Amino acid sequence: MQILEGREVKKYFGGLAAVSNVDFHIDQGEIVGLIGPNGAGKTTLFNLMSGSLVPTSGVIRFKGEKITGLRPHQICKRGMARTFQFVKLFGNMTVLENILLGSLFGSPTGMHEVNAKRESLELLEFVGLSAMEGSLAKDLTVANQKRVEVARALATKPELLLLDEVMAGLTPTEVGSAIELIKKIGSRGITVFMIEHVMKAIMTVSDRIIVLHHGEKIAEGIPEEIATNPKVIEIYLGT
Amino acid sequence: MDLGSFPSFRRTPESSDLKDGIECPDNYDLIGKYLLTLSLSPEMGRGWDEGEGKKANFCTIKLQSMNLTLFLDILIGGLMMGGLYSLIAVGLSLQYGVARVLNVSHGEFIMLGAFATYSLYILFGINPLLSLVITGPLIFIVGFLIHRTLFKRLKRLSPTMDAFEGSSLLASFGLLFIIQNVALLTWGSDIKGYSYLSKTVNFLGAVYAANRLVALLFAILIGIIFYYFLKRTRVGKAIRAAAQDVTTAQLMGVNINFVLGLCFGLGALMAGIAGSLTSMMFEITPLIGFPYTIIAIIAVVLGGLGNILGSLIGGLILGLIGNIVMYIHPGLSLIAYYIIFLLLLLIKPTGIFGK
Amino acid sequence: MRRTISKKIFYLMLFSLIFILMVIMPSYVSPYTIILLNSIFMYIILTVSWALFSGPTHYLSLASAAFFGLGIYVSAILGDKLPLLVVIGLGGLISFLLALLVGLSSLRLRGMYFTIFTFGLSELIRHSVQWWEVNKTGTVGRWVVAVDHMTVYYVMLGILLITLVVAYLIRHSKYGLALLSIGESEEAAEHIGININAMKMITFAISTFFMGATGAIMATRWSYIDPSIAFNPLFSFMPVLMAIFGGVGNIFGQILGAGVLTLLADVLLTKFPYYYMLLYGMILVVVVLFLPKGLTGLKEEVKRWREGGSVNPVRKDGPRPE
Repeated sequence: MQILEGREVKKYFGGLAAVSNVDFHIDQGEIVGLIGPNGAGKTTLFNLMSGSLVPTSGVIRFKGEKITGLRPHQICKRGMARTFQFVKLFGNMTVLENILLGSLFGSPTGMHEVNAKRESLELLEFVGLSAMEGSLAKDLTVANQKRVEVARALATKPELLLLDEVMAGLTPTEVGSAIELIKKIGSRGITVFMIEHVMKAIMTVSDRIIVLHHGEKIAEGIPEEIATNPKVIEIYLGT
Repeated sequence: MDLGSFPSFRRTPESSDLKDGIECPDNYDLIGKYLLTLSLSPEMGRGWDEGEGKKANFCTIKLQSMNLTLFLDILIGGLMMGGLYSLIAVGLSLQYGVARVLNVSHGEFIMLGAFATYSLYILFGINPLLSLVITGPLIFIVGFLIHRTLFKRLKRLSPTMDAFEGSSLLASFGLLFIIQNVALLTWGSDIKGYSYLSKTVNFLGAVYAANRLVALLFAILIGIIFYYFLKRTRVGKAIRAAAQDVTTAQLMGVNINFVLGLCFGLGALMAGIAGSLTSMMFEITPLIGFPYTIIAIIAVVLGGLGNILGSLIGGLILGLIGNIVMYIHPGLSLIAYYIIFLLLLLIKPTGIFGK
Repeated sequence: MRRTISKKIFYLMLFSLIFILMVIMPSYVSPYTIILLNSIFMYIILTVSWALFSGPTHYLSLASAAFFGLGIYVSAILGDKLPLLVVIGLGGLISFLLALLVGLSSLRLRGMYFTIFTFGLSELIRHSVQWWEVNKTGTVGRWVVAVDHMTVYYVMLGILLITLVVAYLIRHSKYGLALLSIGESEEAAEHIGININAMKMITFAISTFFMGATGAIMATRWSYIDPSIAFNPLFSFMPVLMAIFGGVGNIFGQILGAGVLTLLADVLLTKFPYYYMLLYGMILVVVVLFLPKGLTGLKEEVKRWREGGSVNPVRKDGPRPE
């Protein structure tokens, strides 16, 4: 079952093609990686999927339904959530409040406040941050802030989770914990689509990898294929 | 000056036309009315003539030779006000574009410049143009110090740029109240004025007061000097760098605090000069500042926030438009400015030259 | 847990006590006090309703005068044709509708652009009404049906009560939390399911409802109005100043700020009529410099100062909002 499908997706900024003619699909239950050098258009693609940007042309379908042109909050309620490359937490609010907002507003029917609080506490524990419940989000370390952002996204009960460089700036130990967290998320039945630069991590955890370069999809396949794909090696090592 | 004719509509008449009269296209009367409201007096003609063995009717609209004087009057008058506005706008642009302070008390510095010049003239008989040598540096220093003491500290205390813009906006409102009140206490609220170069001069067939021409020339002169200052001197380059990206400019070795203070001071200086020029042409009261601030803000947004040249052009455009509107219906200029302003924000907030 | 509940009950009882005091007060004090209280109520309503939207979202609106003035004009035009309460309701309703329109058109404006847009709008309305009344209808200066100060007092008290209750309910509901999140990171808020456009527009409109209603009743106090009175930009600046002075973040701070500054203005106007703008300006500068959290933040500033840390610790590398 395809949960996400993009056909001939293009995004032009003036004359510059950030994303040109990308076709992709994600099947339910997969963990798919999205890699490529800086400026390849990965975050732009995420922005097109989550509704932050509107494609210049092309169609994106989520669970069979066309979502191009919908606003982010509508897409969220349909079951797609994301994290951001540069963490966008509600800094002056507590960690719990950050997640609580996701519970209260993110699901299609909204939530009663008592249940939302209970769920948020569960999610806090799921990401391992129960101790930080009352801390202000801006006071956390970057690694923990990313966890909060993941928890907040999960609070909206997504079927598809977009993770944008969630491991950037993490120490090797932290990367290990992040991998575990992603596997846990996958085992909950949530499909994961993740942008990552930490190669080892993404090779370990992905079922399939898509490679972008200059806004075009240049390769797609299982990790072993991608690791040995000459085109991919070339774009990372240069000519 | 014959501005030509509008298209003539010619068609071969049906025999019935010759009996009943001449038919003109539907919008003929409408076009005529429209031109009339623009104060262009159209000459409307209908008729028919014979030529080449055929009869043809025609409906023409001819624009009468428009009063050259009127046209030039509007243009030059608009440029004069525009020159003044440009000066003020560039001043505000330096303060907002570089120091990121939307200084709503900008107009009060104009007012201070005006009163300083007035006082020096009335009390000591000092030539208004020459007194700029005294008032200029003074206002510059005041502006520089205000930035150093108030806005620099505010910047340090603000966690985000938006917070700084908000708090500096409020602080400048405070300055507005303070300066206006001090001026009211010092000079009182009655209208004051003096006469300087008020003889009229004939220029291209129209009549202008000498002081306005001098003001325009002066504004142009300042503009040129400032242009070279920005382009050729080291400090000017530093300012341009800071206007584009404060952080990078700092990394390149620019003493950013000095530059920010300098820009604020220069902004105040421009306002002061504009004020001095104003005092030569108009009557002044301590309350004249705010409308100028509004015009400066609109000009800056029109030209694109942070774009110094843009504000200059914005000021000229506003001056011209204001003058044109004044001829159509006096008292509507300010309203026209506000409408332009709001539409601009809704359609292209980055301004004409903004990215 | 029990402490929080009893604290809430304590404040509720305190509030009810004060309210009852306000209700019986007019019979025992001089008309001058009642007039002063009317002014204080007016500014509290303006400040609290301004802060309802602009506080959490950080969208500083400088259009309060437009909506307040609209209410005044509704009263001036319809005051002799319809019963008082209907006029007040209409003042609020028309403001509400105008605000929806304004909100809809200015959705894409952020930060400073939004602020100057609201200011420009307010001034445009003022100048346009002025021009219209001078040139087209010749009705500059209108007389409003006068109402005695007792009635005005009780109506104001009623509006004040409703405003405070609504502000409190919103702030402590999930919508209040959502509004705060919009102020923190609009993009993130949108991505967790919050319809930011609807929320901004509706909250803004609700806040202007109270401004319009208050304008409608205050007009009857002043009885003579013209565009420069009704749409005076001071009605846009004062609520902002008062909220910041008292503390933008909480309702008590807003009430405190409005109350203190209105009393101060009254004192200054009677004792130093020629200096009061000067003093106001200085207060504004001092507050912005030294009291970023307002009076209610004073307590923690003093505490921090006592504990030896610097006043207003400097943030060298605060994160930029997106």
